[in-house]
Amino acid sequence: MLLPRLLRVGAFMVKELSRGGCTSISRTGCTRQHWRPFIELQSVPRVFQGSIFQKYPHFSTTAENDASHGSNKQKDMINVTFVDKDGEEKNIKVPVGMSMLEAAHENDIELEGACEGSLACSTCHVIVMDMDYYNKLEDPTDEENDMLDLAFGLTETSRLGCQIVASPELDGIRLAIPAATRNFAVDGYVPKPH
Amino acid sequence: MYKARAWLSRSFTALSSNPLRVCVVGSGPAGFYTAEKTLKAHQEAQVDIIDRLPTPFGLVRSEKLQQIVINQFSRVVQHERCSFFGNVTLGSSVSLSELRQLYHVVVLAYGAESDRALGIPGEDLIGVHSAREFVWWYNGHPDGKNLSPDLKSTDTAVILGQGNVALDVARILLRPTEELATTDIASYAWTALEGSSIRKVYLVGRRGPVQAACTAKELREILGIKNLYVHIREDDLIKSPTDEEEMKNSRIQRRVYELLSKAAASASSQPMLGQRELHFVFFRKPDSFLESNERSGHVSGVHFEKTALKGGGPGKQYAVGTGEFEDLDCGMVLKSIGYKSVPVNGLPFDNHKGIVPNIRGRVLKNISGDSSQVENGLYVCGWLKRGPTGIIATNLYCAEETVGSISEDLEQGVLASSSGLPKPGREGLLQLLDNRNVRPVPFSAWEKIDSEEKRLGSLRNKPKEKLTTYEDLLKVAT
Repeated sequence: MLLPRLLRVGAFMVKELSRGGCTSISRTGCTRQHWRPFIELQSVPRVFQGSIFQKYPHFSTTAENDASHGSNKQKDMINVTFVDKDGEEKNIKVPVGMSMLEAAHENDIELEGACEGSLACSTCHVIVMDMDYYNKLEDPTDEENDMLDLAFGLTETSRLGCQIVASPELDGIRLAIPAATRNFAVDGYVPKPH
Repeated sequence: MYKARAWLSRSFTALSSNPLRVCVVGSGPAGFYTAEKTLKAHQEAQVDIIDRLPTPFGLVRSEKLQQIVINQFSRVVQHERCSFFGNVTLGSSVSLSELRQLYHVVVLAYGAESDRALGIPGEDLIGVHSAREFVWWYNGHPDGKNLSPDLKSTDTAVILGQGNVALDVARILLRPTEELATTDIASYAWTALEGSSIRKVYLVGRRGPVQAACTAKELREILGIKNLYVHIREDDLIKSPTDEEEMKNSRIQRRVYELLSKAAASASSQPMLGQRELHFVFFRKPDSFLESNERSGHVSGVHFEKTALKGGGPGKQYAVGTGEFEDLDCGMVLKSIGYKSVPVNGLPFDNHKGIVPNIRGRVLKNISGDSSQVENGLYVCGWLKRGPTGIIATNLYCAEETVGSISEDLEQGVLASSSGLPKPGREGLLQLLDNRNVRPVPFSAWEKIDSEEKRLGSLRNKPKEKLTTYEDLLKVAT
């Protein structure tokens, strides 16, 4: 699903660069001397920057090089608040393109990521505290839904932290870390407390 | 709390001037997560993981996409306070009581290597196999090689059960063999499947689609097989109010049901010539296996009783026979009705549930559930503790609970008092094994096996070519 898109973008970049129409290609777009924004690139950014950085590290390296050549902007940061199971809040700054799981680990926030973001577990389950922000996220893929099926304490606004990628419109997002990780029955059975 | 625990752990060390010695039996996900969490929670603990196979990782080894998990587990074993010993069998190489003398803590995480039995006539007919054995067979498990299923004398296979294992075996039978050629399926299995005459597979469940035990991902995979005719009876998809309630409470059931109804809706009315067929059959309970008239001793079909769902409320509906019967002709049956753990000498066992009686991982002396009757220093984790359900990640939480119990017991002095004396641990085990002429296989040997399998695989354009006999495995390992 992502690869065809990336190939389209990649092919586009190659085409434009070779045509000489662009002075440079950066992550946020193609700088042109005379032709204003390319819808294709502009509408892709979140997908391009986020998921691909995660899942296709070799592409991310390429993009980094392009960015350092062409971009003269500082790396964009957004504000994210994590609320842990005791209600304690921690505000952190997350660079655009980084997943919430990675950001949590970089800031010593206790969010388990057993499968290292490969969509093979649900330990990085977070709850998006505001519906507005939840709606801004792209729908979960089948694979993410498969793992959310197994998360304990699932809510209407639950997502996997490794799949939420920082983008400018998520500035100010608040994520709650669910209270219990002790439920381990696939069918939702909760053992009685002793 | 953490500080107190850390102090106690340290003081345990100081008092007895020896580290906490832990033995984990079983090197699948449950064993590894337990080892990892124990090492993390107790900075002086020494953890040994033993397994009866020369290779670690248990069932994970037979699954695709698990390289990340294997990497994680490899890191655990490579920890300086951790060791892996393959080819060491609980019961024959070393007994449970010996292990409990050698170590302060023993955690049993050896999973489930047997099957639930149906207990119906004809179960011993040739052609009736357990799905578990079939999976071992095509995955090159050294205990599975001799299954030699006959795939040539029939075009129909019936699979009893609709869980993920059932779907997995159905997929192996129905997938075009060209696709299988580049997986790490055992070569002899691939050859057998190439010559297979099986074209029709029935997946039969006692209850309805709302109660199907599989999960969405596995269902999507099988429904996505190219050029496959999928059939589901429309009537079977009708939902009762209780069914609706069940689906409301469970995302998993909802998503599975949706996939099944979509598949039913988009199916053509007839299979095309040459198309392989997958039939989902619901509300059928196996009553007996039918013996062939032409080939005595061989199965020729399954005699089913139609069922209806009865009471209990959402999530608790069970199948009840209606007195009406129906037969399905077939030459092969695969029973996928659940794995079962194997009891060990000296270990209390709940035969009904197929687990070791325990409370939060602490083994109980008997199955009465009395929490005061705890076996000190003995714990369980994984399928042996919970029954054979869940996925790999389920064991993460399971291990968390068991290690939590171990830490609590340490803190409360339950372990320290009975084991104030130093325990021989690793050195003791190795000495004992040496005296018995048992040669444990270390993790570095697994790495040799792994690279050899990959090397052999590269010669045939496969990710790896599995070594499938104990002989071959041990030869490369040593």
